Amino acid sequence: MPMARIGLFDVVGPIMVGPSSSHTAGAVRLGLATRRILGKDVTKAQVTLHGSFAATYWGHRTDVALIAGLLGMAMDDERIPHALEIAEEAGLEYTFEHGDLGDVHPNSVRIQAEGSEDKVVIAGASVGGGRINIFEVNGFDVGVDGTYTTLMTMHRDEPGVIAEVTKVLAIHGINIAFLDVSRKTRGSKALLLAETDDLIPDLALQHVMRIPGVIVVRILPRF
Amino acid sequence: MDITSASQLLELCTERDQDLAQVVAEYEAFRSNTSCEEVRKQMRETLKVMRAAVENGIQDKGERTHIITGYGHLFNEASREGRVLGGSLFHNVILYALAVGQYNAGLGRIVACPTAGACGVVPGAMLAVAEEVGSSDEELIEALLVMGGVGIVSASQGPISGAEAGCQSECGVASAMAAGAIVHLMGGSGEQVFGAASLALQSHLGLVCDPLASLVEVPCVTRNATSATTAVVAANMALAGIPGVIPYDETVVAMKQIGKAMPESLRETSMGGLAASPTGKRLYKEMREKYRL
Repeated sequence: MPMARIGLFDVVGPIMVGPSSSHTAGAVRLGLATRRILGKDVTKAQVTLHGSFAATYWGHRTDVALIAGLLGMAMDDERIPHALEIAEEAGLEYTFEHGDLGDVHPNSVRIQAEGSEDKVVIAGASVGGGRINIFEVNGFDVGVDGTYTTLMTMHRDEPGVIAEVTKVLAIHGINIAFLDVSRKTRGSKALLLAETDDLIPDLALQHVMRIPGVIVVRILPRF
Repeated sequence: MDITSASQLLELCTERDQDLAQVVAEYEAFRSNTSCEEVRKQMRETLKVMRAAVENGIQDKGERTHIITGYGHLFNEASREGRVLGGSLFHNVILYALAVGQYNAGLGRIVACPTAGACGVVPGAMLAVAEEVGSSDEELIEALLVMGGVGIVSASQGPISGAEAGCQSECGVASAMAAGAIVHLMGGSGEQVFGAASLALQSHLGLVCDPLASLVEVPCVTRNATSATTAVVAANMALAGIPGVIPYDETVVAMKQIGKAMPESLRETSMGGLAASPTGKRLYKEMREKYRL
């Protein structure tokens, strides 16, 4: 991806709950992205904090921020300070541990989140000023930063699935800005991420869901 | 249309025969595919959040902070009772910056500008100056656009994070952004805007990030106040015709180089500087015991 121009509200913003844009606001967004990829309320979360996240999480309330995001709060939600109490009321169980995620950004985290039916594992980093990068979803290497409306599919790795997905988007007049496809082994499950310039209507989502071979579809709104 | 340096931004102003605020508004409208009107509207919302943070921060008595205890509230009392030096401008710059810094440390809602750790600098300096000279909100919004323009050229050429380049890249850049904007508010030229920004940043070069106990409290919150006053001092010097001598773009590059030369212990790791002082270590130990870390 070419280096994006610095935006006015990147430096005059974001509007957020303190105290740290990378350790608090970015952490809220990583939690929120996880919830959106799961597509449901999170009932159980195992969080592994890496590097600087592990070192300063208490002072910068990274734990509270991640839980707030998992509960669906945005980074300027004034309920963030109370996230742990709200999690208890909502029945969200969580654990935090420190761990080495390898050669990744110092502010990285791995979150294993469970809902009523599904489970996802994501790894991502808070890269400064509240900006994030999700670099792993269910073991697939990806690169999502939440600045585009993104369509995500898990599908069988077979000919024509990707073509069908992009065709549906085209029919709905949706332009793809970036397309990222990956798989683990040939013929197994694959993951597609299409970052788009336009909003993706529910109808398009339903069309994608009907494509043979597609197993899971999610829309991640810009955030 | 692209803005990556102060010199380029000033050239755009000349080419288009527009002032800094308008060029910044058009850049952002182009970049995010919207209108200048929308950009100004969003800036008005931003201003609202800044003002609310000042008000809330003055009320904040430190319920959610660990080392500091309602610094905005303390200063407000002292100012009202006439126990501190200076006139209303000096008082308010310090008061507003402390209040927002305190509120941020206590998990309040703020505008990161350019970062959360430095979020008190711009509201401290700019809101106090705007009150002092009786600016309208419209004039203040134009100045906030210029402030953002200084931020854009800074972030395009240097790091904006204590972990990368120390506090010079957070409070230092915030002070430069505010200084430039104040000059614009006072009717100074584009060259004077970046002269003031350069003077403000020059006064922060070498400043490390060494917070106690990995909290955004000491020395962060009081430093927001000193960086805000530095912005006003730098703006005043520029308005008097004192040049920055080193162009702003070169000052940002110097800041970046100094950041690279800084050891990791002084870049937001709470392992060196004040954090490693006997008192810093004692406070950290107390926190660990109190919160069973």
